[in-house]
Amino acid sequence: MSGYEPVIGLEIHVQLKTRTKMFCGCELSFGDPPNIHCCPVCLGLPGALPVVNARAVDFAVMIGLALGSDIAPRSIFHRKNYFYPDSPKAYQISQYDEPICRGGRLGDVRIHRVHLEEDAAKLIHVGESGRIHGSDRSVVDFNRCGTPLVEIVTEPDLRSPEQAHEWLTLLRVTLRQLGVSDVNMDEGSLRCDANVSIRPAGSTELGTKAELKNMNSFRFLERGIRAEIARQTALVQAGEAVVQETLHYDPVTDSLTSLRSKEEAHDYRYFPEPDLVPLLVTDEIRAAAQEAIPELPAARMERFERELGLASGMARDLAFRRELADYYERALAEAPAGTVTPVEVANWIPQLVERIGSGEDPSESRVSAGALSALAAMVSAKEVSRDAARDVLTTLVAEGGDPAAIVEREGLGAISADGGDGNGLVAIVDAAIASDPDAAAKVKEGNVKAIGPLVGYVMRETKGRADGGEVTRLIRERVGSG
Amino acid sequence: MSELIELTAAEAAAKVRAREIDAAELFEAYRARAAADELNAFTWVATEAPPADPESPLAGVPLAVKDLFCTEGVPSQAGSKILEGYRPPYTATVVANATRAGATLLAKTNQDEFAMGSSNENSAFGPVLNPWDRGRVPGGSSGGSAAAVAAGLTPWAFGTDTGGSIRQPAALCGIVGIKPTYGACSRWGMIAFASSLDQAGPFTRNVTDGALLLSHMVGHDPRDSTSVAMPEPISAPTAEDLKGIRLGVPEELLGGGDNGMGIEAGVRENFEATLKLAESLGATVDTCHLPHAPHALSAYYLIAPAEASANLARYDGVRYGLRVGGDTDLNTMYSRTRAEGFGPEVKRRIMLGTYALSSGYYDAYYGTALKVRTKISEDFRTVFGEFDFVVTPTSPWTAFELGAKTADPLAMYLNDFCTVPMSLAGIPGISIPSGLSDGLPVGFQLAGPAFSESRMIDAAYALEQAIGFDTSAARA
Repeated sequence: MSGYEPVIGLEIHVQLKTRTKMFCGCELSFGDPPNIHCCPVCLGLPGALPVVNARAVDFAVMIGLALGSDIAPRSIFHRKNYFYPDSPKAYQISQYDEPICRGGRLGDVRIHRVHLEEDAAKLIHVGESGRIHGSDRSVVDFNRCGTPLVEIVTEPDLRSPEQAHEWLTLLRVTLRQLGVSDVNMDEGSLRCDANVSIRPAGSTELGTKAELKNMNSFRFLERGIRAEIARQTALVQAGEAVVQETLHYDPVTDSLTSLRSKEEAHDYRYFPEPDLVPLLVTDEIRAAAQEAIPELPAARMERFERELGLASGMARDLAFRRELADYYERALAEAPAGTVTPVEVANWIPQLVERIGSGEDPSESRVSAGALSALAAMVSAKEVSRDAARDVLTTLVAEGGDPAAIVEREGLGAISADGGDGNGLVAIVDAAIASDPDAAAKVKEGNVKAIGPLVGYVMRETKGRADGGEVTRLIRERVGSG
Repeated sequence: MSELIELTAAEAAAKVRAREIDAAELFEAYRARAAADELNAFTWVATEAPPADPESPLAGVPLAVKDLFCTEGVPSQAGSKILEGYRPPYTATVVANATRAGATLLAKTNQDEFAMGSSNENSAFGPVLNPWDRGRVPGGSSGGSAAAVAAGLTPWAFGTDTGGSIRQPAALCGIVGIKPTYGACSRWGMIAFASSLDQAGPFTRNVTDGALLLSHMVGHDPRDSTSVAMPEPISAPTAEDLKGIRLGVPEELLGGGDNGMGIEAGVRENFEATLKLAESLGATVDTCHLPHAPHALSAYYLIAPAEASANLARYDGVRYGLRVGGDTDLNTMYSRTRAEGFGPEVKRRIMLGTYALSSGYYDAYYGTALKVRTKISEDFRTVFGEFDFVVTPTSPWTAFELGAKTADPLAMYLNDFCTVPMSLAGIPGISIPSGLSDGLPVGFQLAGPAFSESRMIDAAYALEQAIGFDTSAARA
């Protein structure tokens, strides 16, 4: 270990899934021909004026409530002034020192603030590489310009690139389940910059931070942060100081280039937006937003662990996908009392997901939630072996129906151990032993691996209907006594 | 023809409705005069009469509109080279309101560039001449609208007032100008100078026409978040006297006995005479106090340029208007476009505004100016507890000679001394011609509480009738 600990904060921009833009009635879009969703407002034509999108405010309040933030009853918009062709008014309408939400927490990370602002237009550099350098000219597409954005800034509570990745995933599924954004990094509806510094392990002071930009996938985010921690650590170990700067991550070379240093830091000359009146979040708006919030992933995950006894990995996987969690809870509800435990039902969800496809919604498959828990109950009662039950599930996915009926129809019922009549499991085990005396002898000597061929024989003969554990037990017993 | 020109707008509308005169003929009478204009009052004149509806409230009476109002398909340049030839794809709400009520668009009028000026000498399209004396300025920034109405080239016109740009040119041209309460008229489609101060308003020959036109301009517009509905409609004035009206004369604006505040002797004399006239109509006249008014000009010349520095940043050569150096790099294109497209006063104010907002200076300048503004609003609210209206000379002096004040920007800023406090407080003000001084018109200003337009117009009307100013001299 280097003796230094990383300190990471994230700055996330989320495009809201409203129907129209933040300050005008143009429709939101992605991938349409350029400049077909524009108007005087989002083009910054002379004489145009902004009007606040009420739905965007509702969504921002929902986000604040979901993150446990304080919702400001009164907040204002500010102009953030800078010249660039993707900014048609040469200022962005944003929020500065009176944002709509302050504070909050999600998982292990405290939220510093949440505010509303508008997105810029899209600059396209016409040339071979698509980058500014070497391009003949640049053109601007204003379809995106004015899209509502919520900016979420965390406190520097993250301590590793992996943790940042995991936390951003939690934020993403939370926002997704809130229904306020598609939060898709590929489409730009989720963007994340990182502020990274290091300090001696155990110190409470903050080191000089660098701002990392252009990490447009979860993988690049993790790699970029990791590269920066390494860079700063090497600097400090060489006795040099970290300079506050903005760095641009290049995924091709997995390296960081400086964009600007502190001396050139922009003075945005913030002042209150005179074309808008203060934003009042009334009790009605707040109550409606609260009403619209479903049980969110972090809470659901915690409930699954605490009340249902699921392991944290399983709880997380279910809670992070609402369709899975909803389906799972329906399956639990439909199981007759005492027939099956929540853990047992949960264990069948990955099996189902594997068969229907990982992006699919189980409630749209042919397997009813009740069928799944009934199948789990049959396994629990040893009415069918685990292996046979997997085949039943495959059949359920293909045809639907009732698991008990399928077991009956296919003759997949578990074979009991009763001896005597030739169909019993004991008879088959004896036949297995007789067919491979060498293996039997090794098992008697205590060679655990040698039991494999014997188990295989029995499973083939029973077409998988025998319970694997039961077979193993019987083989040992019969070998021992035989 | 000349009988048509001598009709007030209200009279003309009534005659069109009564089918006594023809709207197309009326339009053509004005159009011909506008096309032959020698005052440089216009940046665009219609080439033919648009269809008119004689049944409508404004019955096809032609209207001239300041260059900075967006009029779809018609050049809207805000008096600037950076927007030369720009034709917007949409029309300003107040213009649409008036045309929906039956007004017809006659012309766009010349103005100080981006409404920055008090003499119309800052226009990229040349200065406007005062019809009372062509060697003198008409005032600004709405100099073109004021000169056109005074010279009978249009029956009435729209202007905008940010620090006095309707009231002051109205005074210098001997006509009526009204700045309504901030928010009464929508700013949608008004090329912005200072967002928290800009207001559209009418220039007319008399108060009755002013009330008529204003009533068809106001109204809440969902496209302007700062617009509000008038609590009561603007009614035609009828007052015959000023009985029970308490007029307050702010000591801080008028100074002591002598000319301490720089008000011209002839203007001061006329002002005193008008006050006596008001008393004879039954008004009481007393001194009132606006303790923070002496700081109004300083606060204004920080707030307005600050907002303007942001409002004018969009003129960058990328999407519309002038572009210079499009084949160079971005910063070169930006600097050359703006260097060539903006005039010196605009550049001066952009620099001032940028400085006032910059890091380390915000609190001392812009932040403090906002606080002073609040104080000024409070001063007016206090005064209106005891007085109905505040009265002042509209302008400290009559029309000055072209070039007389262009060497010193601060001297030019002093034109707004008596009008800026009302702009900062967002309250309405009206200027009516109250006489002549050395042959040049003098204006009298009344200002009332927010949304007091009807009462203020009524009081102005009573005074106007008693003054009996003859506006026809400038129409000859």
